[in-house]
Amino acid sequence: MRRLLFFLALTLASPALADSNLPPAYWANRQLPDPQKEAQAKALMEEIRCLVCQGESIADSDADLAGDMRDLVRRRIAAGERPSAIRSWLIQRYGAWITFMPPSEPATWPLWLAPLALLVAGAFVARARLKTRNRP
Amino acid sequence: MKALRFVPVAAVALILIALVWRLANPPDPDVQSAMVGKQVPVFAAAAGLPEKSAVSSADLADGRPKLVNFFASWCVPCVGEAPVLTILKQQGVPIVGIAVRDRPDDLRQFLSSNGDPFERIGSDPESRVQLAFGSAGVPETFVVDGRGIIRMQHIGPIESSDVPGLVRAVREAR
Repeated sequence: MRRLLFFLALTLASPALADSNLPPAYWANRQLPDPQKEAQAKALMEEIRCLVCQGESIADSDADLAGDMRDLVRRRIAAGERPSAIRSWLIQRYGAWITFMPPSEPATWPLWLAPLALLVAGAFVARARLKTRNRP
Repeated sequence: MKALRFVPVAAVALILIALVWRLANPPDPDVQSAMVGKQVPVFAAAAGLPEKSAVSSADLADGRPKLVNFFASWCVPCVGEAPVLTILKQQGVPIVGIAVRDRPDDLRQFLSSNGDPFERIGSDPESRVQLAFGSAGVPETFVVDGRGIIRMQHIGPIESSDVPGLVRAVREAR
């Protein structure tokens, strides 16, 4: 019974202060009135990595900082800035790591070439297999 | 030709070794700012408290090297860092604070219980200054030289053992 009470008490405990008490930024969870601009913002937000939950995009993350980044993206797109300019502004500050669309540069060539290389290797394996099966 | 049979086994073994190695050596989750070595971004932050001075990028290029500390009253490690910041201030290091997503009342309470080592405090309610610095969380501290160039980034709370290194970095940033 004591144990049960203890665990029940745990469900009431407030989480440790890891987030601020301020409400989300204005554009964090609000769509832009212009659907075309909102679509641009959404596409960019899905491609920008959250600095807190690093496997998530800022479009998916609930972190305060992700909300502030969505606010930044929407505000700048509403002001007429191009998504590519906002992307390079972020890359200037956090490196190419911040985007899930890594730019093509020597360090990322293996990443882009790997699917092709694997396809070619697979074709060779399949050919060898099919040949031996046809022989008898 | 028979040796080729072992290629898949070797490939799987290699993948397993890579996975185990990654488990044993987890990647560093810290996000390094790419702004180190560059001029501080242009910004103007309102005063975090009416009785303290506001912070703008011009204040960071006033000829004196200093620390720019991103902190918040809601940030637990910042409480641990506060006494170390006081030690740095006592050693003559100017410290400028940027209060991230904070409210004046919370901030005042935080400073009265943990000490106020800041010569200025800027308010950053939407993390804009933080994002402009390439900073990814609180607490984080940047060494900025007298011309306003970011020289170094310290991620996470400053420990007592970091004090000599930071004092030296500020001294060398003249």
